[in-house]
This record gives sequence, structure tokens and C-alpha cells, in this order.
Amino acid sequence: MKKQSTPIDESQHLISIKGLKKSFGDLHILRGIDLELYKGENLVVLGRSGTGKSVLIKIISGLLKPDEGTVHVLGYEVDKISIKELQKLRLKIGFSFQSSALYDSMTVKENLEFPLVRNSAHLTKKEIAFQIEDVLEGVGLLQALNQMPSELSGGQRKRIGIARTLIMRPEIMLYDEPTAGLDPITCIEINKLINEVQAQYNTSSIIITHDLTCAKSTGDRVMMLLEGRFAQTGTFEEVFASEDERIQTFYKYNFTS
Amino acid sequence: MQKYRHYSSSMKRSGKYIVSRKIDQIFINLYDVYKFILRFFKEVLFPPYEFKEVVRQCYEIGYKSLPLITLTGFITGLVFTKQSRPSLADFGATSWLPSLVSIAIIRALAPLVTALITAGKVGSQIGAELGSMNVTEQIDAMEVSGTNPFKFLVVTRMLATTFMIPLLAVYTCIVSLIGSYINVNQNEQTSYSSFVVSALQNISFLDLFSSIIKTTLFGFTIGAVGCYQGYNSSKGTEGVGKAANSAVVVSMFLIFIEEILVVQIVNAIR
Ligand SMILES: Nc1ncnc2c1ncn2[C@@H]1O[C@H](COP(=O)(O)OP(=O)(O)OP(=O)(O)O)[C@@H](O)[C@H]1O
Ligand SMILES: [Mg+2]
Repeated sequence: MKKQSTPIDESQHLISIKGLKKSFGDLHILRGIDLELYKGENLVVLGRSGTGKSVLIKIISGLLKPDEGTVHVLGYEVDKISIKELQKLRLKIGFSFQSSALYDSMTVKENLEFPLVRNSAHLTKKEIAFQIEDVLEGVGLLQALNQMPSELSGGQRKRIGIARTLIMRPEIMLYDEPTAGLDPITCIEINKLINEVQAQYNTSSIIITHDLTCAKSTGDRVMMLLEGRFAQTGTFEEVFASEDERIQTFYKYNFTS
Repeated sequence: MQKYRHYSSSMKRSGKYIVSRKIDQIFINLYDVYKFILRFFKEVLFPPYEFKEVVRQCYEIGYKSLPLITLTGFITGLVFTKQSRPSLADFGATSWLPSLVSIAIIRALAPLVTALITAGKVGSQIGAELGSMNVTEQIDAMEVSGTNPFKFLVVTRMLATTFMIPLLAVYTCIVSLIGSYINVNQNEQTSYSSFVVSALQNISFLDLFSSIIKTTLFGFTIGAVGCYQGYNSSKGTEGVGKAANSAVVVSMFLIFIEEILVVQIVNAIR
């Protein structure tokens, strides 16, 4: 069970989404999403493949444009602000991609340097090196400093991907399927890392997953995405106490497969 | 600046077409290309500049093409000279060979050979590289980390091809003329100095100038097409293959069209 480390402040909404809709052609993916992310919490978004979980956080980070509805992140309306403001806002959002998205032509060190040298021009070489080591140590991969992404395992890539976003000290973390494709033990390690990040860096996170173990061990609050809307919100136990057949099916198949 | 990369103009209208889906799509694509090139000119002028990456790309694109260019350039010069000799020999005019060959090489062969070779080698490389970065969400990752992927990936590569292809073409000229000299020297025992003198006799400033302009244009085309195809590739492994493929096909097609246009213009000036 999850240990509570930082207090959650429900009066502060870091992300606030109202009536969000998104379609691709005739595919109506998101059909009216309402979501609040409180300060300090880990919010898990559960849903089957193809329900638009990735689309949701891509809209939050301004990679995709919403069709309808409003998306406020740290007080800014993401699709209305200028590109300059958006770039600044994005520095406060860490995005851990489903595929890790490490730059495969660069070493781990260069991957971590990339956002840092471009956005914190005042840092000296020494300070940059120190920060890289610090954040790598945090994810337990100091020895990978000079390796290429292709030489790393899936779990290690995930960690480096998380380290690359942590290096900018974000206020919000968005994790897209942090445990997908990893073995159960590595999954547990990643879950632990997510909780450590929450405690150490004081981040508030949205964790997108279809893995119930991950949801249970990281989530302060769980939201269940069904057919483009949130069907159920609450703690893990509350959500799966629901009588909704679709939620029960989701629960059953997650543990039997 | 374009805020939503995945929001191409083709997505704006779904369902209604002005002419037909295919024809509409062609014009929409042309409009996207126009915006892409416009964006290049906007972003190349304003800081931050990615000097280090431009240099690295110049190395990747220019230096690493040297072996292939050397081989093709040398053989082009040698074979072209060899094959031209019999028809000149009929008139007893083999002494014209150096000047004939050098005109052909400088005006047409070297720029075209360089452009076609690099369109194949560099164009496909750029298309595949950016395409796979797009598929694996690396471009998105750059975008959300507060950097401008267009500047880092596209502008640097387009600058590198625009600078390097003319340089490579000059190099091809020299290598081809060496190939030609070797053949002439074997057959007519022409000395090095008299070969150079007669080779450069009929080359005007306009020839050199138009070749440089032409290859700059070719380089820009190869970079722009490769980057456009890769940066806007569809998701999935198939998208990467398609991006690499159309980078080569489209840029070769455009190179031939540009060649014809430039020749017309230069001949009108001459
Ligand atoms: N850029 C896009 N253009 C067109 N369709 C898209 C685009 N992005 C996503 N989609 C569609 O939206 C749907 C939801 O995609 P999404 O990636 O959000 O699913 P997901 O919930 O993250 O699933 P998974 O668990 O497999 O990652 C898919 O059917 C996909 O085809
Ligand atoms: Mg997804």
C-alpha cells in the first residue's frame, strides 16, 4: 500500500480541465473530460488501450489541440497562450513518454544536458555536470552516464527518460504508461521511483496506465476513463468497489492474464 | 510560428472537398510545403542558433559523402573522356577533348552527379532519421522540453545541405577533371599544365557562377525535401520507409526541373 509522504492540498488545482473533447476525423476519442489535479497528489488515469489516455496528456502539454473545452495548467490556458509562453510553461511540466523517447543519437549524458543547456544558459559546465550526476543518482543509474540509449534495457530507458524531465525541476509530472512492457519486479521499482519523485521533488503527477498494480501503489486518487469520459473517481478501492460491469471486467482481466 | 505540429492543414476540413480528395490533397500539401519553407527562413534568422549542430551536420552530410562522391566523380570524368574521344578523333580534333570535357563537367555533369548522389545518400538519411525520431516521439520530447525541434533538427540540416552540396560539387569537378586528365594523358601524352590551360580556356565566370547557384539550390532542395518528409512522416515503421523513399524520389524530380529552369535562364543571359 502507498505511503503518504507529502500533504495534498485540495484547494490548489495545478491542472484543471473542463468539458474537453477531441476527435480525429470521425473517431470521437475524448467526449467531455473534467479533471482536477491537486497540489502534491499522484492522480492515476486508468483506461483500456485506445481510449485516448495518451491523447489526454498530449493535450495537457500542448502537443495536441483540443476541439472543445478548456485546459488550464498552472493558471495558463494551454491552447490560448503564445508559443513563447507555452515553451516557458512546458519547463514546469515533466513528460515521461510511453516509448521513453530518448534521443538515440546522443549519449545518456547528452540526453540529460539537452534541455538544461538550452533553457538554463546561466549554468556553468561544472554545475551542469553536478546536476546530471545528482539526478542520475536519484534514479539509480549513475553508471549509465556515457552509454547510448540503445545499450540500455527498457526499464533503464524509462528511468533515464524520467531523469531527463526531472533535471528541469518540474512542478507537474506526466507519466505515460510508466510500467508498460516491463517485468513485474522492474514495474515495482518504477512505481517506487514515482513515489520517491513525488516526495523528493514535490511534484504533482498524472500517471497514465492500464496496470492496476501501478495504479494501486502510486495513486492517491484514481480516475477510470471509459468511452471518452471519466466513469469513476476516488481511491483505488472506491473505484473498484463500483458495480459498473465495465470496471469489474477491467479489474478481473488485469489479474487473470 | 506553428504551435501544433500535428495539426496540418489537411486535418482542418474533413468530409468536404473542393475538387476531389486527391486533388485537394495535392494543393494542401503544397501549402504545407510553402509554410515549412517559410518557417525555415523565419527561424534561421532569429536566435538561439545551433552552431554546434550545424557543424556536426556539415560533417555528417559533407565529409561522410566524400568516398562515394570521389568514386563517382572520378569515374564520370574518366569514362566521359574515353567515350567522347572516338567522335572527336573522326575529325582529328582530340586536342579539343580537355576543353569539351571541362565544359560538360563544370556546366552540367558535376552539379547533377553530386546532387543526384547526395539526394540518394543524404536525402534518404535525413528522411529516415527524422521519420524515426517522429515515430519514437523524440520530436515531441524535444518540444515538451522547451526546445524548438524545428530549429534543432530541420534548420541545421537544411543549412548543412545548402552549404555542403556546392562544396561537394566543386570537389566533384576537380576529381572528374583528374579522371579526365589521366585518360587524356594516357592517350595523347598531354602534360598536366597544358591540360589545365586548355580545360579552363572556355570556362567563363558565368559558368562557374551558375553552377554554384544551381548546386546551392539543389542542396536546399535536398535538405528541405528530406526534412519535410521526415518531420511530417506518418506514424509507424511504414512511415519511416515512406519518408526515406519519397525524400529521394521527390528531390531527384525537383532537381531535374530546377536544372532545366536554370539552364534556360543562363542561356538567356549568355
Ligand atoms: N495524431 C493522431 N492522429 C490521428 N489519430 C490519433 C492521433 N493520436 C491518437 N489517435 C487515435 O486516438 C486513439 C487513442 O490513442 P491513444 O494513443 O491516446 O490511446 P491510449 O489510450 O494511450 O492507448 P495505449 O494504452 O495503447 O497507449 C487511437 O485510436 C488513435 O488511433
Ligand atoms: Mg498511450
